[in-house]
Amino acid sequence: MISAKAADEKLLTVSASPHVRSATTSRMIMLDVIISLCPALIASVLIFGLRALAVTAVTVASCMLSEYVSRKIMKRSNTLGDLSAIVTGMLLAFNLPSSIPFWMAALGGAIAIVIVKQFFGGIGENFVNPAITARIILLLSFSSAMSSWPVPRQGLMVKAVDAVTGATPLAVISEGSGSLPSLTDMFIGLRGGCLGETCALALIIGGLYLIIRKVISPAIPLSFIGTVAVIMLIAKKGDFTALSYQILSGGLLLGAIFMATDYSTSPISFKGKIIFGIGCGVITCLIRIFGSYPEGVSFSIIIMNILVPHIEKLTTPKPFGTPKKEKKAKEEAKA
Amino acid sequence: MASEKNKVIKAVKQVKGGVIVNHHKTTANCEVVRIPTPQTVMLPMQQHIGAPCTPTVQVGDHVDIGQVVGDSDKFVSAPIHASVSGTVKSIQNIKLPTGNMTQAVTIESDGENRYWEGIKRPDIRSKEDFIKAVRASGLVGLGGAGFPSFIKLSFKEEQHIDTLVVNAAECEPYITVDYRECLDNSWDIVSSIDILCSLFEFKNVIIAVEDNKPDVFGVLRDVASAHDINHSNVKLMTLKSKYPQGAEKMIVQSATGRKVPPGKLPADVGCVVMNVGSVAFLSRYLKTGKPLVSRSLTIDGSAIANPMNVRAPIGTNIGELIDFCGGFKEEPCKIILGGPMMGHAIVSTNHPTCKQNNAILAFAKDDTILKPERDCIRCGRCAQVCPINLMPTLITRYTKAKDVAALKAAGVNVCMECGSCSFACPAGKPLVQHMRLAKAMVKEADAK
Repeated sequence: MISAKAADEKLLTVSASPHVRSATTSRMIMLDVIISLCPALIASVLIFGLRALAVTAVTVASCMLSEYVSRKIMKRSNTLGDLSAIVTGMLLAFNLPSSIPFWMAALGGAIAIVIVKQFFGGIGENFVNPAITARIILLLSFSSAMSSWPVPRQGLMVKAVDAVTGATPLAVISEGSGSLPSLTDMFIGLRGGCLGETCALALIIGGLYLIIRKVISPAIPLSFIGTVAVIMLIAKKGDFTALSYQILSGGLLLGAIFMATDYSTSPISFKGKIIFGIGCGVITCLIRIFGSYPEGVSFSIIIMNILVPHIEKLTTPKPFGTPKKEKKAKEEAKA
Repeated sequence: MASEKNKVIKAVKQVKGGVIVNHHKTTANCEVVRIPTPQTVMLPMQQHIGAPCTPTVQVGDHVDIGQVVGDSDKFVSAPIHASVSGTVKSIQNIKLPTGNMTQAVTIESDGENRYWEGIKRPDIRSKEDFIKAVRASGLVGLGGAGFPSFIKLSFKEEQHIDTLVVNAAECEPYITVDYRECLDNSWDIVSSIDILCSLFEFKNVIIAVEDNKPDVFGVLRDVASAHDINHSNVKLMTLKSKYPQGAEKMIVQSATGRKVPPGKLPADVGCVVMNVGSVAFLSRYLKTGKPLVSRSLTIDGSAIANPMNVRAPIGTNIGELIDFCGGFKEEPCKIILGGPMMGHAIVSTNHPTCKQNNAILAFAKDDTILKPERDCIRCGRCAQVCPINLMPTLITRYTKAKDVAALKAAGVNVCMECGSCSFACPAGKPLVQHMRLAKAMVKEADAK
C-alpha cells in the first residue's frame, strides 16, 4: 500500500480530458481495408494467374519504398506503420492490367505516393485519390500497355493464356462488336479487365466486411452504384441485362466500394457523401454513354475528389438545436 | 408512479452520435460509507459556475457546521458553509484543478461536529420562499457542472416550464454515486419530486436512467407506492447506455424530444433538468435545514486499493479520502477529479473536494497511456460521434489557421467538451483540447 503523501512525491501525469480513448487506431482501420481487399486479390490470382500477385507485390513495394524515402528526404516521421502505403499499392495494382511491365507498375506506385500524397502533406492531406491519379497518369503515358487485357482462364481449372489479349466487356459494348462473357462469368470475374476489378463477388464481400466493421458507410457505394443503375436503366430503355453488364463491368464496383470511399478525398457528412456518390455516378454515365473512352469510373472519382471542399462547405451540418427558421433565413441571405 | 400500469417508458427520441464506453461501474454495490471527521477542511470560494464567494469569516473565528463562511451578492453564485465545527485557521489563495485561482477558507476541526444553532427547518409558504431557501442551502448541480440550483428553479411564468427531468443517467464511466442515491435514498428523491410538483406544477416529471441500471426503477416505484405518493405525471424513463446521454441538452432531447438551441438553456424549451443527487438533497434540506456540507464521491480506478463510495464533508483533502480507501495499491500515474471523459487531471492529492466533484479516480501507469498522436486521416469519426453536430476535424484546422470567423460559423461555442470526438479519434488527436483553444480564441477576439 502506498499512502497518498508518499505518492505525492512522484510527479503525476496531467492531460486534457478525456482520459480514456477508444481502441481503434488508424493502423487498425487500414488493416481492415487490406483484409477487405484480400478476397479480390485471391480472385485476381485465380483469374489472371500468379502475375497478378507479382504486379501487386511490385506496386505495394514501390509505394512503401516511396513513402519511406520521400518522408526521409523531407525530414518527416516514418509513417509506414499506418499501413496506408500498402492500401494505396494494392488499390493501384487492382487498377492495372496483369500484363503491365513491372517497371511501369513500380513507377505508378512512386507517382501515387510521392507526387499525389506526400507532396500535399501525406495521409489525410491529398486532395485526389493517389491510386486513381497514378492509374490515370499511367493510362495517358502508356496507353497501349494500360489497355491490353490478358484473357482470363476459361474456367477456373484451365491455365491462363498470358500472350493473348482480348477486349473488356465495356469496350465490346462501346464498339458494338465482339462477344460478351455470360453474366455469371461477369459476376465471378472471368472477363478481361484490370486485375482487381473483375470479380464482383470478391469486391462485394470486401465491401460488406468494411461496412460491418464500420470502416466505411454504405452511403457512397450505394448512391454511386444506384445513380449509375438509374441512369443506365433509362439510357438502355429498361433493359435489365444491359444494366447488369454496366454495373458489373469496368471498375464500377472497385471504384464505388474502395476508391470513392477514400477518407481523405470524400466528404465527411452524410449529405455530402450522398452528393458525392451521385456526382460520381452521373459523371461515370456521361463518360460511358457519350465519351470516346469506354470507362469513366476513374475520371468521375477524380473530378468529384476535386469538388469535395465545396461539397463539404455546402453540407456542413448546423450545430444541435439550430432553429429551422434561422437555417432558412441564412440560406436566403446567402442567395 | 405508484400505479401498476405505469411502466418504464422508452426515450422519446434517440440522441444522435455519442460513443460506447466501458462502464467500469465496479463500485455499484458499495453502499456509501461516511468517513471519520477530517482534521481540517479547506473550502474554496469557487465551487460553482458563476461569481466566486468572498469569505465572511476571519482567521481565528469559531464556526459550526452549516454556518456560512463565504457568500456573494452576485446573482449567479451560491453560499458556502462550514462542513466541520472548529476554528478558521487560514484564508489563502489556492489554484483549482481548472487552473483558476481562488480564495480558500481552512477550518481546523474541534472534533465535536456541532451544528450551527442558526440551522432551522426552512419555512416554505410560496415558490419564492422555496427558491430563497434553495439558495441559502448552497445547493449547486451535484452532477459535475456545479450550476447554482436556485437559478434553475427561478424561471419566469412566460417561459412555460412544464417538465422536470431528474437526471440519473450517470453516463460517465466508474461513477456510481447517483445510482447509490437512487437505491439508498429513494424516499428522498420521491418526496422531493412530490414537493417540487406541488410548488411548480410541472405537467411532466421524467426520471431518466441509463438502461445499465434497471433496478433503480423497481426501488423508486416500490418507495412511491409504499408512501402512497401517486402522481400520474411522473414517468420512469430508460435511456440507451451511451455517452454523453446524461448531458443536459441530450437528456432533454431524450426525455421530451425538444432541442435546446445553441447558447440557450433547457428552460428555453420548457424544461428544468436536475441531477438526482441534487433532488434527493432538497428533501433532506427541507426536513432539517442542514445546508450542503457533505456529499458522496466514488473513489475508484486501477491504482486504488479498495474502491468505494464515500460520503465526506465538502473540503476534505483528496489524499485523506484515498488513504481512507486503503491508499494506492499501485503507484498512481494520473489522478482525475470527476469522470474519465470530462474530469480534470490534478497535479497533487493535496487538494480539497468541492461541491460539484462526484468522483476521484486514480490510475496506474498502464491505464494512462493514450494512443500516440498521428496525422488525421479524415475518417470523420469525430463528426459522426459529436452529439451536437460539430465537425471537430474542421475546427482543428480553423484553430491552427487562427480563423476566428470560421470558428464561430462552425459553432465551436456550442461544444460542451464531452470528449466523444477525442475518444473516437483513431489518430489519437486531442480534439477537445483544440476545441478549448478555439473557444479561448473566439473569446479573446470578442473581447477586442
